[in-house]
Amino acid sequence: MSSAIGTEDLKIVGSRPLRPDGVDKVTGRARYGADVSLPGQLIGKVLRSPHPHARILAIDTSLALALPGVKAVVTRDDFPDMPDEYAAAGELTINYRDVTRNMMAREKVLYDGHPVAAVAAISESVAREALKLIKVDYQVLPHVIDVREAMRPDAPLLHEAQYTEGVSPKPDKPSNIAKRLEFSRGDVAAGFARAEVIVEREFNTQPVHQGYIEPQACLASTTEDGQVELWTSTQGHFMFRAQCAKLLQMEVSRIRVTPTEIGGGFGGKNNIYNEPLAIVLSRKSHRPVKMVMSREEVFRATGPTSGGNVKVRLGATKDGRITAAFAELNFQAGAYPGSSVAPASMCAFTRYDLDNVRVIGHDVTCNRPKVAAYRAPGAPIAAFAVESAIDELAGKLAIDPIEFRLKNAAREGTQTYYGPKLGTIGYVETLEAARAHPHYRAPLGPDQGRGVATGFWFNIGGETSATVNINEDGTVALMHGTLDVAGGSRAAMAMMVAEELGIPFEQVRPIVGDTAVLGFNFITAGSRGTFAGGMACVTAARQAIDRLRTRVAAIREVPVEAVIWKDGQARPAEGSAIRFEPMSLAQIARLAGKTGGTIAGHAEINAQGAGPGFGTHIVDVAVDRETGAIRVLRYTAVQDVGRAIHPAYVEGQLQGGVAQGIGWALNEEYVYGADGVLQNPGFLDYRIPVASDLPYIDTVLVEVPNPNHPYGVRGCGEVPIIAPLAAIANAVSHALGIRLCDLPLSPPRVARAIADRPA
Amino acid sequence: MARISLSSGLALYTGGETAIELEVGNVRQLFAALGERYPELASRLETEIAVAIDGEIYQDALLQKIAGASEVFLFPKIAGG
Amino acid sequence: MARHHVRATVNGDAVEFLCETGQTLLEALRDELRLTGTKEGCGTGDCGACSVMLDGRLVCSCLVLGVEAEGRSIETIEGMAVGEALHPLQQKFLEHAALQCGICTPGILIAARALLERNPDPTEAEVRDGLAGNLCRCTGYHKIVEAVLAAAREMRGA
Repeated sequence: MSSAIGTEDLKIVGSRPLRPDGVDKVTGRARYGADVSLPGQLIGKVLRSPHPHARILAIDTSLALALPGVKAVVTRDDFPDMPDEYAAAGELTINYRDVTRNMMAREKVLYDGHPVAAVAAISESVAREALKLIKVDYQVLPHVIDVREAMRPDAPLLHEAQYTEGVSPKPDKPSNIAKRLEFSRGDVAAGFARAEVIVEREFNTQPVHQGYIEPQACLASTTEDGQVELWTSTQGHFMFRAQCAKLLQMEVSRIRVTPTEIGGGFGGKNNIYNEPLAIVLSRKSHRPVKMVMSREEVFRATGPTSGGNVKVRLGATKDGRITAAFAELNFQAGAYPGSSVAPASMCAFTRYDLDNVRVIGHDVTCNRPKVAAYRAPGAPIAAFAVESAIDELAGKLAIDPIEFRLKNAAREGTQTYYGPKLGTIGYVETLEAARAHPHYRAPLGPDQGRGVATGFWFNIGGETSATVNINEDGTVALMHGTLDVAGGSRAAMAMMVAEELGIPFEQVRPIVGDTAVLGFNFITAGSRGTFAGGMACVTAARQAIDRLRTRVAAIREVPVEAVIWKDGQARPAEGSAIRFEPMSLAQIARLAGKTGGTIAGHAEINAQGAGPGFGTHIVDVAVDRETGAIRVLRYTAVQDVGRAIHPAYVEGQLQGGVAQGIGWALNEEYVYGADGVLQNPGFLDYRIPVASDLPYIDTVLVEVPNPNHPYGVRGCGEVPIIAPLAAIANAVSHALGIRLCDLPLSPPRVARAIADRPA
Repeated sequence: MARISLSSGLALYTGGETAIELEVGNVRQLFAALGERYPELASRLETEIAVAIDGEIYQDALLQKIAGASEVFLFPKIAGG
Repeated sequence: MARHHVRATVNGDAVEFLCETGQTLLEALRDELRLTGTKEGCGTGDCGACSVMLDGRLVCSCLVLGVEAEGRSIETIEGMAVGEALHPLQQKFLEHAALQCGICTPGILIAARALLERNPDPTEAEVRDGLAGNLCRCTGYHKIVEAVLAAAREMRGA
């Protein structure tokens, strides 16, 4: 779909109207997962493993079931076992055999917090009491938390039948390395042989949680004839329906999922956790069952993203041309295979035009919660390592870091090492805008440093549906199936529809359609909301316009070719000899019922042609040499967003992504004890940035339109989290004159690096 | 004939081959031809593979046309958070 | 389980509810009085999503027991707009795009109003310190700080 509209004609796209969901959200009306209730509902609670690794010998629920007020208990015996079966669900393909085991442990528990049973009771306090009465007989097994330890041949093994995929010949011994991937192009050895300067480093990052403020929450109601209604906080209600149907061996038509307002997701709400448990508890108790996670449960058993160990080697000639690039990425997948190591491997070096590249990735299981997608899954980890090495290489060559990137930058037509040639992209434009920004030349004080880093993300399209209903007064009900995961995509979609129809933005009311009223929609992930959702809404609006033109042609008794749509009216085509009285949308709508029926436009598409996004970030930090504390003084994020439909909401995506990246760089980490138990499952000890930790985050929106989208949209939500890790590490390294390779750059770690510095 | 390139990681399932020429009219025909030629690759094609045709990336687009002299790349599918 | 009869004032209205000894004020507001505008993000007083005013003092309602509300006055997000008119903070949050998912917004609005009652002319740093007990994962706080400063200007008539 490519009939792009020129900027000069746009009336609504590019403006800043107030979001349609705004008043509900500032008044407390908006209903999130935990805000939905039904008469007679029970409260469901989950019993979780206290061990990081153990065999379940027996589960006795009889005492819990006997407790007054307990209406149902479920364990592994209440769910069908699933064979290996793969499906796309967010970052990587999921395996239903693993999904059912992660939702409710079967043979073994594989992490602290792994569900082993669930109860439904008349109150939360009774449900909690019942959990204490469930007896689980465990045979505790040795565990492994660290990714490098998990890769050793003698490490405790999570999956006895897991043989490393992607190696030849096939291994004869099982391993925690679930998969090995390799991407290569050119001759890396020859490239390094030609290099005059080489940088080689090893980097480590810790798992971090998506940190959405709303814990997972759902409410299920099952009828005696097997119909299920499910309300849940999700990034993809159709995907949740598909997963519940598969896991419970139900027909899809028997499950209706209504998404609630979502209190943050960032990839963490792509997959089901409690939903199938709530459905079966409801089926067994004949009552609605509501399940709301505690924050501790969110930390112990949902998300996080992988921790990563990344080795990088880069070589360049003295004039600043990179001759070879190598990286090995070892990613924690958590309890089941499926980390983001594949996309991370594919975007590690994609910002550069390189002849000789080799990237090896390992997907490694260990006794941690199964990782979930997190905003540009894997890319920040890869970019932290590569952009740190690029910075060091530029330093060794005495070339300005932006200039060095420009010398090697990917452009339109650059051949990637993982597959296609890049299309129209704006990487160079972001580098040039960053170099021209006053921030880049501002003076620095003592113990201060400036860092630069860049990010790339693919962005995706995918299955998408929308309906544009022309109401009887000419206003519009827009029903879309790509959830607004809060970035403001529903405002952007309504803006594009208003632009197409030529009516005021306020006359288009967008709502999210539930799974019963629209065709399938993929999850809102991969920065596809405004891109793919917008494409579907524009397609539906154009179909409605075609039908409006046809109707006016019939009413005015003229050929349809003589009718055009402009400025909210059906009018005679310019230059046409056939004249007639124009009709406004409201006039047509009022007559629609008497002239053939109401008018609507639909779109059921699989959106193709997503435009990759690139960003360049500049950050200044101050380091307290005594405590090791780092303060972010100034931050500028430059990004090619294709076209900003609603610039304020696009800026918000950049600012939010940067803040998450700053947390990842400076504070956030999962801390495990020697016992394999998570020690910081709360916001007190898992510290995400607060208002007083951050400066204003300046944004520069570069617009190199995506030629495949009617309004030039690229996804914009994920790119901004990629560069901050390396940008901050580079800034700290410049402030101290020490290269720091392990995140987070928390005060103890930085203080130690200062103390350990060779005199 | 379209020029087909496979991402290096897929070489494991093709006996090392990463570049071939095929006479195919769309992605479905491409997958069928590749699956026949490389049985180990067959099960991965529809679930794990994205296709770039002359620089444009297509995912889950079996009916997408492939013109005679197209440059086609196969590589792992992408999603996101 | 025995339940206690509690009488309190919520957003100016006299209310009565029953709650268990261990139930928090947050649970009483949400589950007994059905005022779900106040959110639970952590249950441990770390995120500020459940901020309410208790006798004019800003508290995390997850750290107050329901029975402690006896005879006291509580203000929640549901009482912030007066009739047709949004509070200037609510209006500025909309105009400055200071919310995304919105789950932290009720708590931040309550905390921001408390801040401006204490300090009608705060600096940027004072706004950031004043809201440091309220976590937001979406916005990076940039537009929140701008919105609070804009509301303060308007409320001062500046």
